[in-house]
Amino acid sequence: MWNNPARNDWFLLAGFSLVVLCLPLILEPIGAAYPALMQKFCIFGIFAIGFNILFGLTGYLSFGHAAFLGVGSYAAVWSFKLLTMNAIPAIVFAIVCAAAFALVIGYVSLKRSGIYFSILTLAFAQMSYNLAYSVLTPLTNGETGLQLSLQDPRIIDALFVAPQAGLPRVNLFGTYTSGGGYAGFYLCAAALIVCFFIALRIFRSPFGLMLRAIKSNQNRMRYTGFNTRPYLLAAFVISGMYAGLAGGLMAVTDPLVGAERMQWTASGEVVLMTILGGAGTLVGPVLGAAVIKYFENIFSSFSVTTLQGVFGFLPDAIERPLVSFLSLFVGDGWNLTLGVVFMLIVIFLPGGLMEGLRRIWSLFDRRPGGGDKVPAAQTQPAE
Amino acid sequence: MTARNVVLHVADVHKSFGGLHALADVDLQVEEGTTHAIIGPNGAGKSTLLNVCIGRLAPDIGAVVFDGQVITGKQPHEINQMGVVRVFQTPEIFSDLDLLQNVMVPAFAKRDGAFRLNAMRSVATRTDIRDEALHSLEEVGLLGQKGAIAGSLSRGDKRRLELAMGLVQKPRLLLLDEPTAGMSRHDTNSTIDLLKKFKGRGMTKVIIEHDMHVVFSLADRVTVLAQGRIIAEGSPDEVRGNARVQEAYLGGAHP
Repeated sequence: MWNNPARNDWFLLAGFSLVVLCLPLILEPIGAAYPALMQKFCIFGIFAIGFNILFGLTGYLSFGHAAFLGVGSYAAVWSFKLLTMNAIPAIVFAIVCAAAFALVIGYVSLKRSGIYFSILTLAFAQMSYNLAYSVLTPLTNGETGLQLSLQDPRIIDALFVAPQAGLPRVNLFGTYTSGGGYAGFYLCAAALIVCFFIALRIFRSPFGLMLRAIKSNQNRMRYTGFNTRPYLLAAFVISGMYAGLAGGLMAVTDPLVGAERMQWTASGEVVLMTILGGAGTLVGPVLGAAVIKYFENIFSSFSVTTLQGVFGFLPDAIERPLVSFLSLFVGDGWNLTLGVVFMLIVIFLPGGLMEGLRRIWSLFDRRPGGGDKVPAAQTQPAE
Repeated sequence: MTARNVVLHVADVHKSFGGLHALADVDLQVEEGTTHAIIGPNGAGKSTLLNVCIGRLAPDIGAVVFDGQVITGKQPHEINQMGVVRVFQTPEIFSDLDLLQNVMVPAFAKRDGAFRLNAMRSVATRTDIRDEALHSLEEVGLLGQKGAIAGSLSRGDKRRLELAMGLVQKPRLLLLDEPTAGMSRHDTNSTIDLLKKFKGRGMTKVIIEHDMHVVFSLADRVTVLAQGRIIAEGSPDEVRGNARVQEAYLGGAHP
């Protein structure tokens, strides 16, 4: 099963793992080295890697992936409420539920392609979002959000552990993963590395080749003897399972889930992450996820005072207009910065950040065939 | 009929688009192991006939029988899996993939069937598929460019790639839609030689062709279509001497 993988892929995996595990050191200088943010990088990295298996390989643009994220989160919290506070059953339950949900939505949505597919997935996700607020309140606890309570049965825990005062915390065989500690981060980091490895295998497999061929010319695939529907459905379900895992990890690190997690803005966010990083590349989506979450958390915390501190050395006449201009882009205006960055990248680097890195790399490495570790970025966005 | 097996039987097929009779009462039998050419002027219904054979179009009346089984109404991929492979006139290649991948994809279809979830094994370990694809590329003379992106090929090379993609599936029935259109005379001759080479390998071929040089070099039997009807059928020499054919198509311009 593991025979003869290209040696470059092992280097890529080793390098990726090293970077992820050393994130606390790497992010220290840019002020992002706290576990609660780093585990977000990992969780959204998983979400984006999964999304990229569908979008990057087959070209089918799903606008409803947040639904699977939400299903994963709800499933995980129900596992905490009914079974045990251990993270493993919750994660498994989240993946299984998201897969079942993706199978149903994918089966229907994949009857169409192109923009119609995107609209169908969007419609399903919005439907789930609205149902979570209304009819499904017994399952989702509506606007309040699903959370733990003292009355929960927790059947398995009740058998082995004596109940303690206060709400129990999510744990992984004794280590607490919720509440923003390093245990939560390392659990998410390990999951990210496993997910990256699986994605790497899929990219290099015959299955991945078929998905890319479907993106290139689906019609020809049919006359070449392939039944393309099961290939697409399998890619859709795998990608839904990644989203479910991401949702499950969100619950593992913070066992509270609201329906807004399924809203279309959340689905749009993963599209942005993937395109920003480079659709169809292996590392790109993770990079895109990290950049967006960094902007969301760090840029939004900059205030006018921070800017005044940075530009304090300038004469007043220059400093004041500069600070008031730049203040549009920080604090609540972080979305504006992100929008500008996204526009610049789509216009000048259609292959995303990975294309930028490749261009920089090729400046230093002029040998023919150098720097081809990552497959060429696909620039066309949808089928 | 001779003792040979009829491998493809187009049985009384009728197909019309609006008021236009693209195919009218077409009855065609192709014997196993032969090369059967279909000629006719533009708009005679040749491409419609091929499209009916591979399941792209459904006939209004009649059926297509391959190897004793009715294939009308089957999905295109099912027809391909039975061994009926079409080489397209306008190249339908995977433009974003390289040449080797373009040929490996149909080779996978032949080996692994219409669907196989094979996600944890590397393509690189499938040396069987790779060797078949390389061999096929070598036969059409594109081995030297195996790493090139297919979309960047010249039109003639795309046609040759199409041919390699068809041949790698080792089809029982190969349907060729003007395989030499857009090729230089030199490439046309090498394509003829290549197709002749496959004659002994139990492959039946149906060729739609404008170029009479190709038809008379390859075909064992020729069917002439005009305005959706078969107006003549026979050996190349019989067809060449047929007065109606001269009038409808050849116009006496060719020997």
